[in-house]
Amino acid sequence: MTITEKILAAHCGLEEVKAGDLINARVDLVLSNDITGPVAIKEFRKLGVKKVFDRTKIAMLPDHFAPNKDIKSAQQCKELREFAKEQDLTHYYEVGKVGIEHCFLPEQGIVGPGELIIGADSHTCTYGALGAFSTGVGSTDVAAAMATGEIWLRVPSTIKVNIVGQPSNPWVSGKDVILALIGKIGVDGARYQSLEFVGEGLKHLSMDSRLTICNMAIEAGAKNGIIAVDEITKEYLKGRYHKPLIIYESDEDAVYDREIEIDLSTLKPQVAFPHAPSNTRDIDNVGEVVIDQVVIGSCTNGRIEDMRIAAQILKGKRVDPYLRLIVIPGTQDVYKQCIEEGILDIIIDAGGVVSPPTCGPCLGGYMGVLAKGERALSTTNRNFVGRMGHPESEVYLANPAIAAASAITGKISSPEEVE
Amino acid sequence: MAKYVGKVWIVGDDVDTDLIIAARYLNDSSEDFLKEHCLEDVIPDFHNKIAKGDILVAGKNFGCGSSREHAPVAIKATGISCVVAESFARIFYRNAINIGLPIFTAPEAVKAISQGEEIVVDSEEGYVEQVKTGQKYEAEKFPSFIQEIIEAGNLLNYVQRRVQKND
Repeated sequence: MTITEKILAAHCGLEEVKAGDLINARVDLVLSNDITGPVAIKEFRKLGVKKVFDRTKIAMLPDHFAPNKDIKSAQQCKELREFAKEQDLTHYYEVGKVGIEHCFLPEQGIVGPGELIIGADSHTCTYGALGAFSTGVGSTDVAAAMATGEIWLRVPSTIKVNIVGQPSNPWVSGKDVILALIGKIGVDGARYQSLEFVGEGLKHLSMDSRLTICNMAIEAGAKNGIIAVDEITKEYLKGRYHKPLIIYESDEDAVYDREIEIDLSTLKPQVAFPHAPSNTRDIDNVGEVVIDQVVIGSCTNGRIEDMRIAAQILKGKRVDPYLRLIVIPGTQDVYKQCIEEGILDIIIDAGGVVSPPTCGPCLGGYMGVLAKGERALSTTNRNFVGRMGHPESEVYLANPAIAAASAITGKISSPEEVE
Repeated sequence: MAKYVGKVWIVGDDVDTDLIIAARYLNDSSEDFLKEHCLEDVIPDFHNKIAKGDILVAGKNFGCGSSREHAPVAIKATGISCVVAESFARIFYRNAINIGLPIFTAPEAVKAISQGEEIVVDSEEGYVEQVKTGQKYEAEKFPSFIQEIIEAGNLLNYVQRRVQKND
C-alpha cells in the first residue's frame, strides 16, 4: 500500500484498502473558516444534532475576510464565534491569535503525521507535508463530519513524483517545484488522485517549502499531496506536536498510476501566467511584464522562510514608486518573528505595507483588490479570471524571491536583476 | 430517479469556482444573492437569461479550484436542472452530490451538443439524448453508495437516517 492507502485503511478499520474503494473514514480534525463555516453550521442545525461529535476535533478559524472586511463578513465571523462558544470548541481562535488556517494549524502542532484531516477549504491538502492525509471538502461534508466524526471517501490512486538533484539556482524553492509539476501535468493532471512526493531531492526542501508544495496539490486537481516523515519533518514537529508520531511509509510493492520526475538541478524559478496555474514559464522566458502590485503571503507562501527570502532581497532597496507591495505574514508568530528579525523594518523602509494575517487579497476579498486592467505578481496559489479583483485584471504566480525582486523593478524580475 | 429535459447552455473547459461564483460574493451565502452572480463573468446576466429547467453543459474539469459549496448552490438556485460535463473537479463533484444538484459525466455527449439545442438527460437509464436527432450518448453511472446519497436527495438526508442523536 501507499502512505495514503495506509492512513485511510487505519481510519476505516480495514487491514487493506486500494484505489477506487469507497470507505467511511474516521476523522481526526474537521476544519472550516469564516466563508465555509457558516454554511456548515446551517447544515449541521438541520441534522437536529445538539452537540458536535468531539469538541476537541473541530477547528473553526476566521481568516478569509477577517479582521471583518464589511458588515456581511462581520456577520459570518459572528456566526462562527457563537457556534464555537456554544459547542465549547477547543480549536477556535479569535483575531489576534488566529492566522491563515494552513499556516496556523501546522505551526501550532494541531495537525501531524498519520492523521486524517478534512477541511472546507481546498488548500486543506497542505498538511500532507507532515505525512498526514488531508483533503478539501465542502460545507455539507463538514456538517456531516461534525455530527458523526466520519466522512465518505473514495481511495485515490497515486502519482509518484520523484524529486531528484540539488538546486543550482539559489532562488528555487517549493513554489517552483509545484508550479513546474502543474505546468507539466495540467490543472486536472492529478484529478481525484494522490500526489506522493519522494526522492533524494527532498532533503534540499525545507518544511516551509514542502508545505507550499502540498498546499498547491489541489491546483493539479489532486485529492491530496503527501510526503513521508523524515528528519526534516521530525525536527519541525519537535516542540510543537505533542501526540505520538504515527509514521507510515509506502511499501516496495505499492501500486502507482504513473511516475513523474522533477530535477531540482535544472529547475529555474517559475512564473504562472494568467489565467491558470499550469500556464508556467521559466523566469528567463517571461519577457517584459509591467506590474501594479506585488503580494507576498497566503497559505502558500506566508511562512517565516518566505518572509526571510523577501527581506533578503528588499534590504536597502526601494519599491517601484508606482507599485504597491503588500506583505502578509501568515500567522501572529510569523509576524512576531518578522519583528524580532528586523524583517518588518526592511519591508517598511523599502516602501511596502504589512497586513495582519488574512487570506484577504488572494481571493479578491480585500487588502489589495485589483482595478480593471491591473496586473499583480503574487506568491498566492490561483490566477483565475477575476481572482484578485476586476474580471479584467491579471495575476501572475511566483515564489517570494521573484515577488520581492519584481516589487523593486516594477516588472516581473529575477533577484539577479536587483543585486 | 428523474428525466431532465431542457435547453442547453454551454461553457468551456476548466470553468473554476471563481467563475461560477466569485469570492467577492462569498460574504453572503443566501441562495437569492448567489444566483444573481452565478457565472456572471462567463455569461453576463446568466440567471435572467436562462429558463427554469435549462441544462448546463461544460467541458473538462468543471468546478476546479475552491471548495466553496456556494458554487453548486448558486447553479441550483438559478433554476438549472442539472449539469452535464466531460469531467468534474473532485470537490465540486462531492459538493454537487451532497447538496442535491444532479451532475452527469458524459464526454461523448459534450462533444456533440451545441448551444441552445434541447436535450434529455435520463438519470435512471444513464444517457444524454439530443432531441432533434434522437442520438443517445452514455452518461457514467454512479457507484451504488453515491447513488444512495442521490436518492436520499442530499447528504444530510442520508446522514440523518444513520446518526444516533447524541443529545
